[in-house]
Amino acid sequence: MPIALFWFLAAVSLISAFGVVLQRNPLHCLLALIVTLLAIAVLFIGEDATVVGFLQAIVYAGAIMVLFLFVIWLLNLRAEMGPTGHLGLKLFGTIAVAAMFAELMAFLLPPHLQIKFAGHAAGYGSIDSLSQTLFSEYLVAFEVTSVLLLVAVIGAVALARRSTASEIQEHAADNARKERSAAQ
Amino acid sequence: MAELIVGAIEAVLMIFIGLNLAVFLLYFERKGSALIQDRVGANRASITGLGRKLGLPNLGIINTLVADPIKLFTKEDFVPAGADHFLHTLAPFIALFPVMITFVVIPFGDTITFGGRTFGLQAAPLNAAALYLLATIGIGVYGVSLGGWASNNRWALLGGIRATAQMISYEIAMGLAIIAIVITYGSLDLQAMVRMQGGVWFGWLPRWGIFVQPLAFILLLTAGIAESKRVPFDLPEGESELILGYMLEYSGGKQAAFMLTDLAEQALVAMLLVTFFFGGWQVPWLYRDGFHLPGGAIVALAPLLVSIAGVVAFLIKVVILCSFMGLIRWTLPRFRYDQLMKLGWKILVPLGLANILITAFVVVVAGGAH
Repeated sequence: MPIALFWFLAAVSLISAFGVVLQRNPLHCLLALIVTLLAIAVLFIGEDATVVGFLQAIVYAGAIMVLFLFVIWLLNLRAEMGPTGHLGLKLFGTIAVAAMFAELMAFLLPPHLQIKFAGHAAGYGSIDSLSQTLFSEYLVAFEVTSVLLLVAVIGAVALARRSTASEIQEHAADNARKERSAAQ
Repeated sequence: MAELIVGAIEAVLMIFIGLNLAVFLLYFERKGSALIQDRVGANRASITGLGRKLGLPNLGIINTLVADPIKLFTKEDFVPAGADHFLHTLAPFIALFPVMITFVVIPFGDTITFGGRTFGLQAAPLNAAALYLLATIGIGVYGVSLGGWASNNRWALLGGIRATAQMISYEIAMGLAIIAIVITYGSLDLQAMVRMQGGVWFGWLPRWGIFVQPLAFILLLTAGIAESKRVPFDLPEGESELILGYMLEYSGGKQAAFMLTDLAEQALVAMLLVTFFFGGWQVPWLYRDGFHLPGGAIVALAPLLVSIAGVVAFLIKVVILCSFMGLIRWTLPRFRYDQLMKLGWKILVPLGLANILITAFVVVVAGGAH
């Protein structure tokens, strides 16, 4: 990847990441987040990790952000007009963020930071090599992750399902009993 | 460098073809629908009655291709009160952009030799093109949903929500169909897929994908029409209940951009169907050196002619499929919303999964259909 392209994409992702934090309207923040994720996807593709880059665009920018959009709509979030939170919280937040920034900088600034584009072996990052690695070396981790996702899906369905008619009756009977005991 | 310049020219050419197909679909929408419904259709505008003086029938070409666009682009660009100005203006272009950039990965011909150099007739020869398609189609959702939200209108918002839900639902069916196709060809490269569809079975039947993956064709056609939000899947627009859905508060050029997105998406789906199932630029029985007819006769052709024949064949196939989708549009009534979701989640998704299972089984057992 040409170094100029790297700096351009880095700038785009950083500026849009600031946009996520600094804007007041939640939908504008979401749009900035999509731009960040897409810029990172292009960075992946530039670094020969083609499949990971496209998956980033499909899964994060294309699917998960749509879920965010629905959440913003359903909660009917509006632009923040005034300041939120009290002074102590803000002070604590500022100090925590500054400490984390300092820690990151300590690790990322030169001499630790070296931008170099290592040449990769032929086929690096292609879907062939990715699937070979994923389904042989990391098969157990892959299966465990998929089971975890399945558990999450089942849990979501169990939590969100409607009560059956008999359960509703039971609830009503329960409430009536409580009311009666409270009245006595 | 020459490769890059040729690639850029081909990309512009491909977008040009896509836009022209969208215009063809627009014409079909005005005049073709009139033909189907036994009406006269658009016939008002003409240039000083020239056609009538020459005794030609009024085909509505001036009406649909000159007068309508001029009207659209000279209309007032209206932004409703309380709307989000920035997003309201941006949304049509967020919708249009992903469709336009998807055209560049479609192979529209084999190779062409020009001045001693050979160029591939595919603007962006990506080897993970199938993933690229899914990525750009996935991003296309935002234009519609943000357009509906930014208009500060309840009907527009409802249209936007409907469109978003519909597009993500049918993206899954589309992805499943594409996975089955990828398993069949063993490649994510669209040009390689088209190359594999050359040649014949039994000495006469072209090796087109539709004969191997008929179910995936139906899935992709259905999901593609739903993705481009055309009848019978035009619930996001639903004139009778939502007026025009997410486009309600748009006028002039921005509304034209939204309409163009739908039409161009339809052209894109037609191109994808041709690439996956109808041999792309392959002409039946035509090889690099000429026709090898089923009887055994051989008609030799110059290499340049073969290349051009491929491009022409691709365009003809795409126009036929576009017309077929137009025919569907003016034949079927609109679905109800629960029918739409049932079709997507309870019929197309299980069928797609079953198709993947069967395809994978056959590929492993028989070592691939190709």
